[in-house]
Amino acid sequence: MADFKSLSLSGRKKDVSDKDMTFMEKLYLPAIAKGMGITLRHFFKPKVTIQYPEQKREFSPIFRGRHILMRDENGAERCTACGLCALSCPAEAITMTSSERKKGEEHLYREEKYADTYEINMLRCIFCGLCEEACPKEAIFLTQDMAPADYKREGFIYGKEKLVMKMEDIKSNTK
Amino acid sequence: MPKVTIDGVTVEVEAGTTILNAARKIGGDVVPPAMCYYSKLKGSGGKCRVCLVEISKGSDANPNPMPKLQASCCTPIMDGMEVKNMTSAKVQDMRKGVVEFLLMNHPLDCPICDQAGECDLQNLGYNYGVEGTRYKEERRTFDKIDIGDKIQLHMTRCILCYRCTYVADQLTDNRVHGVVNRGDAAEISTYIQNAVTNEMSGNMIDVCPVGALTDKTFRFKSRVWFLKPFDAHRDCKTCSGKVTAWMFGNEIYRITARKDAYHEVENDENGNPAFICNTCRFDTKDVKQWTIEGPRKMENWSVINQGKYMKGKEKVIIDGDIRLQLGRAEDRKKISMNGTNTLEQTLSDGQ
Repeated sequence: MADFKSLSLSGRKKDVSDKDMTFMEKLYLPAIAKGMGITLRHFFKPKVTIQYPEQKREFSPIFRGRHILMRDENGAERCTACGLCALSCPAEAITMTSSERKKGEEHLYREEKYADTYEINMLRCIFCGLCEEACPKEAIFLTQDMAPADYKREGFIYGKEKLVMKMEDIKSNTK
Repeated sequence: MPKVTIDGVTVEVEAGTTILNAARKIGGDVVPPAMCYYSKLKGSGGKCRVCLVEISKGSDANPNPMPKLQASCCTPIMDGMEVKNMTSAKVQDMRKGVVEFLLMNHPLDCPICDQAGECDLQNLGYNYGVEGTRYKEERRTFDKIDIGDKIQLHMTRCILCYRCTYVADQLTDNRVHGVVNRGDAAEISTYIQNAVTNEMSGNMIDVCPVGALTDKTFRFKSRVWFLKPFDAHRDCKTCSGKVTAWMFGNEIYRITARKDAYHEVENDENGNPAFICNTCRFDTKDVKQWTIEGPRKMENWSVINQGKYMKGKEKVIIDGDIRLQLGRAEDRKKISMNGTNTLEQTLSDGQ
C-alpha cells in the first residue's frame, strides 16, 4: 500500500515546503521574463472576448431568453390570462389580472378575456421555459434576446409594455 | 340489512339504497363519478351516464349478471349483489366513451372559464378521457344569458345535468327557469327572459358541475388556484351562514358554500344541506362581516393547493449539538462525560 502521506484522492495534492530560495530565484528576473513571455504569446492567439452588445454570440436555437407575449396575424393579443404560466412557474415570477373584452376591442384581444396587467419579475425568473410549455394559447415565448441589465430593481419587473410583441414585428412573425 | 359487494369490498346498507350511495359509504376509488346526481337534491341523477357500473351478480335470489351496464345513481341494491366499477374493463372503456360524448359539445374554453380548477368535467376528462377529439362537426353555440344581475349562464358549456332546475324546484318557491326544447337543442332558460331573483337562487352556481352557471361578481376576477379558501361564518337569518370565503390577500373575491369530497354542499350541524343565500354569496364581501375559522383543506390532488404552504405546528428541536456533547452511552460509562444524565434529562434541562 502506498504511503498514507503521499496519497492524493484528487490527484492534485502538492507538498508545501518552506526551503530557502536560491540566488537566481531571489533575483525574480527569470520569473518576470517567463510571465511576460506568456502575456506576449496571448497577443497572437485568437481573442476570447467579444464586444457585447455591439457584437453578439450565436445562441443555440433552443436558447431561452427574455419573454414575449405574442400577437396573432391580425395584431390581437393571444394571451387570455388563464394563469397557467403563473401556475407552472417554479419561481412564482408571473402575476396577472384579467378583464373582460368589451365590444369593439376584438382587434386588440383574441379571446373574450384578456390580461389587463401581466408582470414578470425578471429577478425571480430562472428562464426554465415552463410558462412557454404550459401556455394553451401559444401566447408566451422565450426569445433569443437576453434580459438587459438595469440600475434599479423596478426595472426588472416587466409589464405588458415591455412584454407584448411590437406591432411592427407582426409581419415578420407571420412569414 | 342487505349486503352488497363493490369491487370486492362488502358493505351493509339499508334496503333501497342506490349502488352509488353504497359505494360512497365505502369511499375511495370504489366510488363511481357522478355529474348529474346530487345527493342533496331529490330526483337528481340518471342523466349523464358517467356512473354506469357492471353488475356481475344480480342478487342472492337471482345470481344472473345484468346484461347491460346500470346507472349506479338510480339502481337500488339487492341482497348479495356484486358490482364491478374500477375492476371492470367494460366500465372503464364505457366511461371513456361517455366523457367523449359529454365533451362533444363542450367548448374548449377552460382558459377563460371561471370554473376551471374546480370543474367536475375537467377532473373527469383528466381521469378517464382521451387527449384528442374525434369530433369534426361544429359544436352547438348559444349566446351568453344573464340570469338576474348576479348569475351568468353560458349555455354552450352546459351538459344538461338538470341539477340547477332541481335547485329551482326544491330550494326556491317561485320557479322561473327550466329546460326548454329537446335533444341537442335543449337549453336551460328562464321564462321569457325572466330574472331569477329568489334569495336561494345563487345555489345553482354551486350545484353546476361545469362552468355553465357562474358568479358574475367573480367573473374573470382571478383563477381559483390563486385564491386561498377559508372557512368562514356569519349570523344570517335566511341561511346557515357557513361558507367558504375565497381570499386573495385581505380581500374576499368570492363566497361559495362548503363542499364535501363529492363536491356537494356539506351538511350543517342539524344534518340539513347548508345551502347559502344570495346575500351571503354576493353582497357580503367585506372581511369584517365574516368570522374566519381557518384554512379550508382541499383534496390532495386539487390544483387549488398549489403555492399554499401549510407549515406544521410542531416545534422542531435540533438536538444534534446536545447529542454531540453527550457522546455515545457506552463512552459516557467509561470516561464520565456528563455525569450520569441520560439524553432525555439533558434535553429537558436545556429547555
